[in-house]
Amino acid sequence: MNRLHQLAINDEGFIFDPLTGENFTVNRTGLFIINRLKEGKKEEEILQELIDEFNVSREVAERDLIDFLEKLKSYRII
Amino acid sequence: MKKVYEKPVIVKVETGFMNKFGESPLYQRKVRTDIDGVSIDKLVEKYGSPLFVISEKKLREKYRNIYNAFASRYPNVQFGWSYKTNYLKAVCAVLHQEGAIAEVVSGFEYEKARKLGIEGKDIIFNGPHKRYEDLEIAVKEGAKIHIDHFDEIIDLEKIADKLKKTVKVAIRLNMDTGIRPQWSRFGFNLETGQALDAVKRIAQSGKLILNGLHAHIGTFILDPNAYAKEVEKMVKFAYEIEDNFGFKIEYIDIGGGLPSKNKLKGTYLPPDIAVPPVDEYAEKITDALYTNLRPGDFPKLILETGRAIVDEAEYLITTVFASKRLPDGRKAYICDAGVNLLFTAFWYKFNVEIDRKVYGVNEPSVLYGPLCMNIDIIDDGILLPPLERGTRLIFSPVGAYNNTQWMQFIEYRPNIVMIMEDGSVEVVREKEDLTDIERRERLPEKLKIR
Repeated sequence: MNRLHQLAINDEGFIFDPLTGENFTVNRTGLFIINRLKEGKKEEEILQELIDEFNVSREVAERDLIDFLEKLKSYRII
Repeated sequence: MKKVYEKPVIVKVETGFMNKFGESPLYQRKVRTDIDGVSIDKLVEKYGSPLFVISEKKLREKYRNIYNAFASRYPNVQFGWSYKTNYLKAVCAVLHQEGAIAEVVSGFEYEKARKLGIEGKDIIFNGPHKRYEDLEIAVKEGAKIHIDHFDEIIDLEKIADKLKKTVKVAIRLNMDTGIRPQWSRFGFNLETGQALDAVKRIAQSGKLILNGLHAHIGTFILDPNAYAKEVEKMVKFAYEIEDNFGFKIEYIDIGGGLPSKNKLKGTYLPPDIAVPPVDEYAEKITDALYTNLRPGDFPKLILETGRAIVDEAEYLITTVFASKRLPDGRKAYICDAGVNLLFTAFWYKFNVEIDRKVYGVNEPSVLYGPLCMNIDIIDDGILLPPLERGTRLIFSPVGAYNNTQWMQFIEYRPNIVMIMEDGSVEVVREKEDLTDIERRERLPEKLKIR
């Protein structure tokens, strides 16, 4: 099961993990990515959506996306 | 229209940790776009990154502020500029212009002061390693020689014989002033009677004239009372010498050790709270003088303040070269300046300012230098917003001990500029290239690569 489906995520970017009792906050871009991960989208698809949705270059968005995914892994969220 | 982009950030909400000051992230984040009115961008564009930047204005202000704290309380004050703290010619010249004499601790530093144009009589020669030939020059030129050990007394007596003159000298003392650990490696110990033995030896030979006392009780001294204790002990000892040996102690040099507004690692309070104002030191020291000196006697008070004068007058601009994510989730930034340039990073937690306003949540970050060495860490726990590659960080205070203890290791050393009082910018030390590093190397003929 996708670990992300276990999380309670609200529209403001507040995340509660009932498994560990931990809370997180994400900003708008972070929430955008998490919602797409939850939908099962691949990294390349999310990157494209970021570029389409926000005023950002591919280079910057790609670097930030990699970094954000690394951070989610360090929190054991993905 | 596309939405405004913000770097994606996720932060774990942690509660229950102590945070006495409850600082808001807004206050923790400091922005600096210029130094003395010269923009960080322009400085880096013209002189490169990393870049040391010295403020002439601030240097003079600090000197005057500290000097006046003493001179307004005691009629006979002289500052000696501690060369080892920062011996860039431009820094020394500014402080000599302000009225400081030179305080040197090696033949090399002595030579440097002389070459800058300082006369021997205006040089205090301290330190445990004064070579015979250096001492001889210092004696000939009338420097203030502060004797560190018995072997130096013997050397000076030989020189006095050779030059057929009596030599004026001071001795260095160490003592218990309540500071732990007690500095005992420099000079003669007061409490054990060693210092008195040194005076006896000097008096017996008749070749040297004792006219001063010197002591240096430690570094980054946060307790002004330690200086009061030092002064009390030195004045009492001076009168013991005058009364029993007929020497006149013309000056009392209480050394350096005054702290700057830097944050020592492991301290909890910010420096503005932890470091007492200079007036508090001046008050304790001059109070101890007036309490212990005999009426009408005002021997010269010499201070060798280094760090407190120069530390806050210098900044280091560095650029974020890359970023990465550490396995524990912390963000790491690789900067183009590390412990090769910032020796004091081993014990200071610098003030870190960003050259622009950055949006986004603060997260625990680590600042690494450029070296391929595990120890190259400038800050291992700092809250920073997500930084773009190319963002400039400004570290301060970095004026003390970095430009003298920095290493040519792996990387070249960069430009140092001084922003002059009129706003112009002067290069005071050019960045290095390969010729600086290889100039003294010799490659044996048979090892040459054909």
